[in-house]
Amino acid sequence: METGKPGSSGSSGSSGSSGKGVPAPMAEERLGASRAERLSALAQRHGALVTLILVALAASIGFDTFATGDNLANMAVSSAFLAVVALGMTFVVITGGIDLSVGSLFALGGVLAAWGSRYGTAVALLLPLAVCGVIGLVNGVLIARARLAPFIVTLAAMLLARGVLLSVTDEGSTTYLVDETSFFARLGQDTLLGIGVPVWITGALFVMGAVALRRSRFGQYVYAVGGNEDAAALMGAPVARTKIAVYTLSGLCAGLAGALNAAWLVSGVTILGAGLELEAISAVVIGGTLLTGGYGFISGSLVGVLLLKVIQNVINQIGSLDSAYQQVVSGAFLAVVVIAQTWLGRRRRML
Amino acid sequence: MLSVTGLSKSFPGARALDGVDLAVRPAEVHALVGENGAGKSTLIKVLTGVYRPDEGEIVLEGRPVRFATPLEAQRAGISTIYQEVNLVPLMSVARNLFLGREPRGRLGLIDFRRMHQAADEALRALGLRVDVRRPLRSLGVGAQQMVALARAVAADARVVVMDEPTSSLEPREVRTLFEVIRTLKERGIAVIYVSHRLDELYEICDTVTVLRDGRRVHTGSLAELDRLRLVSLMLGREMGEVRGKGRAEFTGAHRTSGEPVLEAIDLTVRHSLRGVSLRLRPGEVVGLGGLLGSGRSETARAVAGALPADSGRVLVAGVPVRTGSTPAAIRAGISLLPEDRKAEGIVPGLSVRENIALAALPGLSRFGLVDDARIDRVVDTFVKRLRIKASSPHQRVGELSGGNQQKVLLARWLAMRPRVLLLDEPTRGIDVGAKAEVRGLIDELADEGLGVLLISSDMEELIGGSDRVVVLRDGAVVAELTGAEVTEERLLRAIAAQEGGGPDD
Amino acid sequence: MTEPAAPRRVPWDRARTPAFLQGYGVYAGVAVLLLANVLLTPHFLSAENFRTQAVQVAPVLVVALGMALAIGAEGVDLSVGSVMALSTSLLSLYLGYGPWIALIAAVVGGAAVGLANGSLIAFVGVQPIVATLALMVAGRGLALVLLPQLRDVRDPGMAALGSQDLLGVPHPVLIAAVLALAVGFTVRRTTFGRQLLAIGDSRPAARLAGLPVRRVLIVVYICSGVLAAIAGVLATARLQASDPTSLGTLMELSAITAVVVGGTPLSGGRIRIGGTVAGAVLIQLLTATLIKHDLPPSWTQIAQAVVIVLAVHAARERGKR
Repeated sequence: METGKPGSSGSSGSSGSSGKGVPAPMAEERLGASRAERLSALAQRHGALVTLILVALAASIGFDTFATGDNLANMAVSSAFLAVVALGMTFVVITGGIDLSVGSLFALGGVLAAWGSRYGTAVALLLPLAVCGVIGLVNGVLIARARLAPFIVTLAAMLLARGVLLSVTDEGSTTYLVDETSFFARLGQDTLLGIGVPVWITGALFVMGAVALRRSRFGQYVYAVGGNEDAAALMGAPVARTKIAVYTLSGLCAGLAGALNAAWLVSGVTILGAGLELEAISAVVIGGTLLTGGYGFISGSLVGVLLLKVIQNVINQIGSLDSAYQQVVSGAFLAVVVIAQTWLGRRRRML
Repeated sequence: MLSVTGLSKSFPGARALDGVDLAVRPAEVHALVGENGAGKSTLIKVLTGVYRPDEGEIVLEGRPVRFATPLEAQRAGISTIYQEVNLVPLMSVARNLFLGREPRGRLGLIDFRRMHQAADEALRALGLRVDVRRPLRSLGVGAQQMVALARAVAADARVVVMDEPTSSLEPREVRTLFEVIRTLKERGIAVIYVSHRLDELYEICDTVTVLRDGRRVHTGSLAELDRLRLVSLMLGREMGEVRGKGRAEFTGAHRTSGEPVLEAIDLTVRHSLRGVSLRLRPGEVVGLGGLLGSGRSETARAVAGALPADSGRVLVAGVPVRTGSTPAAIRAGISLLPEDRKAEGIVPGLSVRENIALAALPGLSRFGLVDDARIDRVVDTFVKRLRIKASSPHQRVGELSGGNQQKVLLARWLAMRPRVLLLDEPTRGIDVGAKAEVRGLIDELADEGLGVLLISSDMEELIGGSDRVVVLRDGAVVAELTGAEVTEERLLRAIAAQEGGGPDD
Repeated sequence: MTEPAAPRRVPWDRARTPAFLQGYGVYAGVAVLLLANVLLTPHFLSAENFRTQAVQVAPVLVVALGMALAIGAEGVDLSVGSVMALSTSLLSLYLGYGPWIALIAAVVGGAAVGLANGSLIAFVGVQPIVATLALMVAGRGLALVLLPQLRDVRDPGMAALGSQDLLGVPHPVLIAAVLALAVGFTVRRTTFGRQLLAIGDSRPAARLAGLPVRRVLIVVYICSGVLAAIAGVLATARLQASDPTSLGTLMELSAITAVVVGGTPLSGGRIRIGGTVAGAVLIQLLTATLIKHDLPPSWTQIAQAVVIVLAVHAARERGKR
C-alpha cells in the first residue's frame, strides 16, 4: 500500500536548508518530545506488520503445511471478504464512530445476491449494494442529523438487517443457490494468475480506498471530523455529510463482501456474519487505527485482517486447540492494542 | 473596513449584546476588552458566523453582510484564531493549513508536492520553519498558534480576529506573534485583538473598544488612555459608590488571630501560576484581586487539588496536604465552590437533598446504607439556615434559581464542617436579593472561624467583603493590600501597574 | 421504583408531554399490549401463558438490571451476552462439584469480566464501549474454549431451579424479582447508589465533590458482570443445557432496549428500575404477541429495531457513541 503513505509522494518540495529526512531543528520545539512522538507513531504504524511477519515466519517454520500454495491461496480468499468489510469500517472508525451492523449486512448481502443471481449478474451485485447502502445511509442520517449514538443506531440496524434477512428467506429456512455456471458464480470461483478473483477485487478496492482516504479531499474531511469535530466544523468541513458518507460506504462494503462471499460459496448462507463486526473492528484497531478517531490507515486494516487470519490458521494447524481460541486471542489482542493506544495517547498529552 | 452598528443578541435569560457599535479600519490593530460577561466572546462569535445577531448590521468593505456559518465568514474575509488552537492535532501541518482548499492535480487528487511547498512558504513568511509533513501536535503550542494564524491569513483574510492568542504562549513566542501582527498591518489587514494582558495591549494595539455588560462603554485611541482609566472602565468603577461604612464594620467584625489555617507556598502551574503564595487565618476573608486570566481561579483550584500543581505546597493548620488530589484536600478541610456552578458544582438531576448530602454521604450512612433521618436533619438545618427556597427538598437542583443553587452548594460544603472555604465568583449570575444573602452568609461563616478565600469580579463585593486583598497579575502575586489599604483606588492601581515596576504608589 | 419519592402533581401541558411519555410511556405500552392481547389473542389469559412469559423474561430482566447501572453511570456494557455464555460454560464444567460450587464459579467468572471492564474504564481511561467490546469478543471465545459445544445439564438442583416454583411463582421469576428489588434498593438507599447517580449525571462535579469515582465505576461493572452471570445460570436452568455458542447473543441489545425504553436516559444520571422491568416485559409481550398471531420472528426483530431507535430518539441525548 505504497499509495497510503504521505511521505512516499516523492521528495519534499521544500527547498533550502531542511534536508529530506532531517527536519530542521526548530527553536520552538522540544526535540525529546518529537523523538518519542516518532517512536510511538512508528510502533502504531508498523507494529501490526512486524507482528504479522513474525507470526507468519514462526508458522512456516513450525508447520510444514502453513507455507504451501494451497493453504496461502485459501487464506487469501477467506481473508478477502473480511478485508472488504474492514475497509468500510476503517473509514467509520477514523471519523470516531463505530458500525456494529456490518455482520448482519454481510449476511443480508449474501442472501440478496444469491436470490438476485437468477436475474443475472447485474441484479446479483446491485441489489445487495442498493439495500445495504440504503441501510448504511439511514444509519448515517440518524447519527449525523438526529445526533443519536452510533453504537445504538448500528445495533438497531443489525437487528433490522437480520429481520429483513429472515423475512426474505422464510425465517431462514430457504437457502438460495447460485447457478454454478453463471458469470456471478465465476466471480467468486475463478482464479486469475493462480489467485482467486475475490482477492483481486479486494486488492483493487483497497487501492481505491487508500487513494480516496489519503489523496482526496473527502479523505481529509474524514480525518478532520474524527480528529476534532468542532475544529473541523469551524474550518468549514461538511461534518454531517462526511459522517453520512462513511456509514453509507460501510454499508456498501458489507453488502459487496456478502455478495462476493455468496458467489464463492455459490449460495446465500443465512447463518453467516454473526460476530463479523467484531472481527472487522478488531482488524481495524490492530492495524493501528485509533478507536477515538482521527488517525489510521487503510493498509493497516489489511494487515490486521491478515494477522487475524494467520492466527486463526495457526490455531487450526495445532490440531489439539479449539478454534474458539481465535476469539480469545483477538479479544486479548484488541484489549492490549486499546490499552497501548490509550497509554501512548496520554503520554503524548503529558509531553 | 469592518463596521458594526447597533448589534444586539439575546440568549434565554440574558441579553449578551445590547446595541454595540464597532468600527475597524484597514491596517489597524483594534483591542477589544472587557471582563467576564461583557459580551466580547458573543461579539466575536457574531462576527465570525457562529451566532446570528438579533438586531444590527455588519458592513464589510462597504457591503452589508450576514454569515450563516463560520465558513461563510471566512470566505468573506474574516478569519479567526481562537484561544485554544482549533485545528486537528493528529493531521499534518500542511493538511491542517489546506483543509478544504487543497491544491489538486490530475484526477482531482491532492497534489501533495505543491501543497507541502505552499505550506512551507506560507509558514516561512511568518518566520516559522518546520517540517510541514509532521503531525500538528508534535509542534509546540506557539508553533501551532502560528499555523492557525497562517491558515487564517492564507484564506485571503481582510480582517483577522484573535481571541486571547497569547494565553498559552511563552514570552518568546509572543514576540514572534507580535512581529507577525506588524507584518499583517503592513499588508493592510485589520486585526481585532482580544486580551487581558495590559502590557500586550499597550504594545501592539492602536485603538481600543471597552465592553461592559453587553454595551460599548468606550472607544478611542489606546495611547491616549492611561492604564488606570482603562481598568476602571473595564471594571465599571467610575461612579464610585463605595460601601465605605459597611467596609469599616467588616474589618472590625472579624478581627483575626492566631496561626494561619491555610498556607499555600510557591504554587506553580505551567502556563497559569508562577509561585503563588498566600496565607489565610481563621475568621479572615481574603480577597483575590486581578483581571480575568490573572490566575485567580487557578489558584483556588490548585489549593483544592482540582488542578495538579507542578510545584509548591499546601498546608492546612500547619499540616501538609497532598496536592493534586481533591479527596485529600477535602479530608483536610478545604472546600471549593467552583466558578462554573452548572458544570462542576451542582449535580442537576439529583434533588436538593441529595446534592447537599453528596460529599458528606459516607458520614451520614451506616454500613453503606443511607441514614435518611440524619440526612433529613442535616438538610433541614441548612435549608433553614441558608434560607434555600425550593418547593421541597426533593426538587431537582437543576430547576432552582442560580442563587439557590449556590446556597445548596454552600450547604454541601458546610455539612462537611470545612476549615477553609474557597469561593470562586460566589455571586455571579444570581439576582440582587440572593447576592446580599450570600454575602451576609460569607461574613457569618468568617465570624464562626472559617478561613475564606473570596474571588470576585465584582469590585464592590471584593473590597467590601475582604479583610485583605491579594492581587494577582499574569499568574503571580503582585501586591497585597491590608487594613486601610483595601480600597478600590489602591486595587485598581495594583492591577494596572506596569510590568516589572511593582505596585506603583 | 426509583421515581421521585414525593409524587408531585404534574401539570398537563403540552411541553411536559414528551417528558411524560419518556417516563411513563413504557407502562402505557405494556397496558395497551396486555389489553390488545386479552381482546384479540385466544387463550392469552391462562396461568400457563403468564408463567411461560414470565420465565422467558427473567434472564433478560436480570441482565437489564446490570445494564441499567452501567448506563446510569454514563457507560454501557456490551459484554453481557458473552458473560452469560461464560457463565453457562463454567456452570457446566463445575457442576460435578455440586450446584453451589458451580454457581459460585459462574458468578466469580462474571465478576472477573466485570473487574476487567471496570479497570479498563476507570484506570486506563478506555471508553466503555471499546473496553466492553474487547471483553465481548474474548468472553465468548473463553466460553467456547472451556466448553466447545452444547452439553446437556443433568442435575436435580438445576432442574428444580428451572422448572419448580415457590407458592406458584417459578424460581427464575422469583430470583429476578428479588434482584430487581435489591438493585432498586441499592440505587435508592445506599451511598453507592447516590454516588453512582452523581457520577453519571456530572462527572466533573462528582470529582470536585471528592467522590471515589474510580471505585464506584469498577463496582458498577462488577455488578453488571455478576448479574449477567446469574442470568446465564437462569437461562441454563430453563434450557437444561449449556450452549455457549448461542446463549446470550444479542442479549446486550435486548438489555439496552429494556433500559432505554424504560425511561433511563443513555446520558446517565438517572436509573429507573421500575421502568426497566416494564421495558423488559414490553419487549417480551411484543415478541409474544407477534408470535401468537403467526407473525414470523423476522417481524419481531424489525419491530424491536424500530422501537429502540424511537426510544433513543425520544430521549435524544447528545452524545458521541
